[in-house]
Amino acid sequence: MIDTEIKVTPQIAAEHGLTADEYARTQKILGRDPNLTELGIFSVMWSEHCSYKSSRVHLKKLPTRGTHVVQGPGENAGVVDIGDGLVAVFKIESHNHPSFVEPFQGAATGVGGILRDIFTMGARPIAVLDSLRFGPIEPGKAAGNATPEEIAQDRRIADGVVRGIAFYGNCFGVPTVGGEVMFEPCYSKNPLVNALALGIAHRDELFYARAHGSGNPVIYVGAKTGRDGIHGASLLASAEFSEESQQKRPNVQVGDPFMEKLLLEACLEAMRTGAIVAIQDMGAAGLTSSSSEMASRGGAGIEIDLARVPQRETGMTPYEIMLSESQERMLLIAERGREREVFDVFHKWGLDAVEIGRVTADGMLRVLNHGKVAAEIPAHAIAEEGPRYERPIAAPRAAPAAGAPVFQFAAAGANLTESFRQLLASPAIASKNWVTEQYDSMVRTNTRVGPGAGDAAVVRLKESKRAIAIKTDGNGRWGYLSPRLGAMHAVAEAARNVACTGARPIAATNCLNFGNPEKPEVMWQFTEAIDGIAEACRALDTPITGGNVSFYNETLGKAIYPTPILGVLGVMEDADFALDSAFQNEGDVILLLDGGKAAAAAAEFSSSEYAKAVGGMVAGMPPAIDLAAEKRLIDCLVKLAAEHAIQSAHDVSDGGIAVTIAESCFASEGLSAGVDLGNAAEPAELALFGEHGARAVVSVAPGSLARVEQIAAQCSINVRQVGRVTRGEFRIQLNGAAVIQGQLESFQRVWSRSLAHSVESAS
Amino acid sequence: MKFGVVQFPGSNCDDDAYHAIGSVIGQPVEFIWHQSQQVSGFDAIILPGGFAYGDYLRTGAIARFSPVMKAVGAFARSGGLVLGICNGFQILLEAGLLPGAMLRNKRLRFLCRQVHIRVENTDTPFTCAARPGQILKIPIAHMEGNYFCDATTLAELERNRQIVVRYVHPDGRDAGPDDFDANPNGALHGIAGLCNRERNVVGLMPHPERAVESPLGSSDGLVIFRSMVESLTRRTAERVSA
Repeated sequence: MIDTEIKVTPQIAAEHGLTADEYARTQKILGRDPNLTELGIFSVMWSEHCSYKSSRVHLKKLPTRGTHVVQGPGENAGVVDIGDGLVAVFKIESHNHPSFVEPFQGAATGVGGILRDIFTMGARPIAVLDSLRFGPIEPGKAAGNATPEEIAQDRRIADGVVRGIAFYGNCFGVPTVGGEVMFEPCYSKNPLVNALALGIAHRDELFYARAHGSGNPVIYVGAKTGRDGIHGASLLASAEFSEESQQKRPNVQVGDPFMEKLLLEACLEAMRTGAIVAIQDMGAAGLTSSSSEMASRGGAGIEIDLARVPQRETGMTPYEIMLSESQERMLLIAERGREREVFDVFHKWGLDAVEIGRVTADGMLRVLNHGKVAAEIPAHAIAEEGPRYERPIAAPRAAPAAGAPVFQFAAAGANLTESFRQLLASPAIASKNWVTEQYDSMVRTNTRVGPGAGDAAVVRLKESKRAIAIKTDGNGRWGYLSPRLGAMHAVAEAARNVACTGARPIAATNCLNFGNPEKPEVMWQFTEAIDGIAEACRALDTPITGGNVSFYNETLGKAIYPTPILGVLGVMEDADFALDSAFQNEGDVILLLDGGKAAAAAAEFSSSEYAKAVGGMVAGMPPAIDLAAEKRLIDCLVKLAAEHAIQSAHDVSDGGIAVTIAESCFASEGLSAGVDLGNAAEPAELALFGEHGARAVVSVAPGSLARVEQIAAQCSINVRQVGRVTRGEFRIQLNGAAVIQGQLESFQRVWSRSLAHSVESAS
Repeated sequence: MKFGVVQFPGSNCDDDAYHAIGSVIGQPVEFIWHQSQQVSGFDAIILPGGFAYGDYLRTGAIARFSPVMKAVGAFARSGGLVLGICNGFQILLEAGLLPGAMLRNKRLRFLCRQVHIRVENTDTPFTCAARPGQILKIPIAHMEGNYFCDATTLAELERNRQIVVRYVHPDGRDAGPDDFDANPNGALHGIAGLCNRERNVVGLMPHPERAVESPLGSSDGLVIFRSMVESLTRRTAERVSA
């Protein structure tokens, strides 16, 4: 139990994560020293995780406006208009540090948190995607210097995280329809768990988190408050890991998806009564953030008495109650006189609903405990007057991977079949079935294209004939080699994937995962990435509607690769337009659509997945990017889908065109491919596994070929016939000879079993 | 005729069942709240999938004590049609309305995927519109789908033709005991669904309500609902002519 009669000293302030300057600032705001409860409030709200103090000035550079944008960054989630009076509400968020300390609960509560951000706005969540980054789970070339102990730990973390996401999403009843998993040594002690949730609402039935109406009751609903997760925001998410990281276990929150399901239904039903004025979920910094942010946004004050807060532990102090991050709780403002309507709904669902305070007109967050003032701070100061840093930025003296070996191409005419098999088996490329089958991807019966079936997840809407496509992408390795290019590729790849399903990308959300912002090199990576995202989002018309920044992903001074993850959302006018990535019919023609004019550069190949998996290297630069070409390809794919002119579409990315074509076979019902890439002066590896963008492989019924070529020409997209859909042997020919050849089954077997085998191996 | 879909706290496939019956099959359907003590006016009741009461203690263990289950029991005893899907099947087992129990999937992981089941018996109101031996592609999504019963019960189930559907290979071949692809949860004798002695209560682990619209993966689940409609139509006709 923490004694709130302790007098606050600069030492105690420092232990709370506040610098001397920040502490001085709190004294200035209050005109006195803060007491311990007030110090706790400032420390969480001004932590990096909650205040964005290192990133805010840079985030301003992101494009956030667009034709479809109803609500950009600043609320609990972004909102875009999707027609028919409907809006999509979506956002991506991180829960990285907790997932290292306690993988199962860390990941589970990450999902729980993002779901609440969606339904607090009045939208029922209809889909979840998760972007996961782990350390190597297989010894070998791609594992760098990972020791067997580290690999075993990576496996345990990966296993725990996947089970945690499944535990929460499946019970809550939202389908997990997509995401991606990648493995790099830098994530070993700093795994990334970014969860994206999407919900649908009627445009005129949205709810915001702005307190107003002096005298209106402040009502606490949901689970009881306990001591879990205290300082989850300030000490766990806003600091590096050291040797004592395991001691941070009490800072990890514990989730109950059943409780959240009840909370969801009760909130949506209560919202329909019309008695709710404002509502926000209690996420990071729980009661503190929800009350201060709602008050601040509404230009009002909030007064609460903690004695009324439902508690599941005895003897909790104001400090503990205000900082608790117990899950599955919301704070709402109702219309004076209509409280009973709200209580009745929550009681029907078996949940606590208690009036704990009032909205006031004095702009203060006033916290009482049994009638005595325990904390009193201007709400705006807590929520909006935190420090804003322009941290020093310094580009690294040497380019990343400078002096690293350059990829040595094989001799001309070499057969690359065995190397291809190795690539297919590498955790980055191998089937993620082992992961995705643990998620219920079909609940709510809206999943038109599910995990592994297409380039993006496609969710149909029962209320409209439209469908939504959504995808996350972010190549950390490319971010390391060039933060700007890596970030641009993340946007381009996610948008291209959305277009491959036939949807037009219209908006994006981002989760920016970086190391310690107090290091100038990390700030350089961050600002470079922001610039790249801004440029790409402008070129591709996908404004950022919200997102999350996660700093301090470092352990013992070693940072993760700069890993911006982009979630792009698209809309197709008719769910019937939806395209899978699987070949459909024997005899269909396989075409390569290419928006760019430049050929792949050999110097870029060292940054490819092949170079890493087969060559054991991380070097070179990511491929150059042509955003105009990406835009043309997107337009072309959307048009082709709308005319039902193609049978399948799959973009060229990790592993190059050879992997793209193989995956289109694996997803099909036993179909294979006979491919001839013609004659090329470039090395075979570059032709087969090169990863430069603005390309997609589509399959076409012979009778539709002319129409496809016509549409592609209109969009200035180059079309090249590269083969036919067949059965039996999988064969890729280059310069008149087979470079990859074998029974389809043999490639598919190694691709589909690899991940399960790696994670479930005894270690 | 009227269908009812029970809503327990934590049911999450209730909307899906409601949509399948109301919008796809086109029959009148209403929700039945877990605290409701009477179910008059319904001809068929669905216990939907999900995590009733969070699967606390054991899946279905608490739901069986739900107020509505008294009424459902009486409804079943009077001959009403009861279809338990996934969690609903688990609840029927806990409530003793069907024999046997569900264990954890053999590989101890939640599994969501399409499976193939073979109609073993068309002599039930849930499969009467199907062909004997018809193969249906319908998805599963569960952690506890490993059906188990003792040897005596199994013999009785076989003798009374109570096994309604079994997991098989896509071509209809039986799944062997270690055939993960065909029988992913390891259920005894590949039992995916069974009925009571009177044949009016059935439990299915696969989700037919997820297989009623082809664009979503399969429409093979339609035959289950159509069978129910056919059976209820016949009953009404028989009542009228009697």
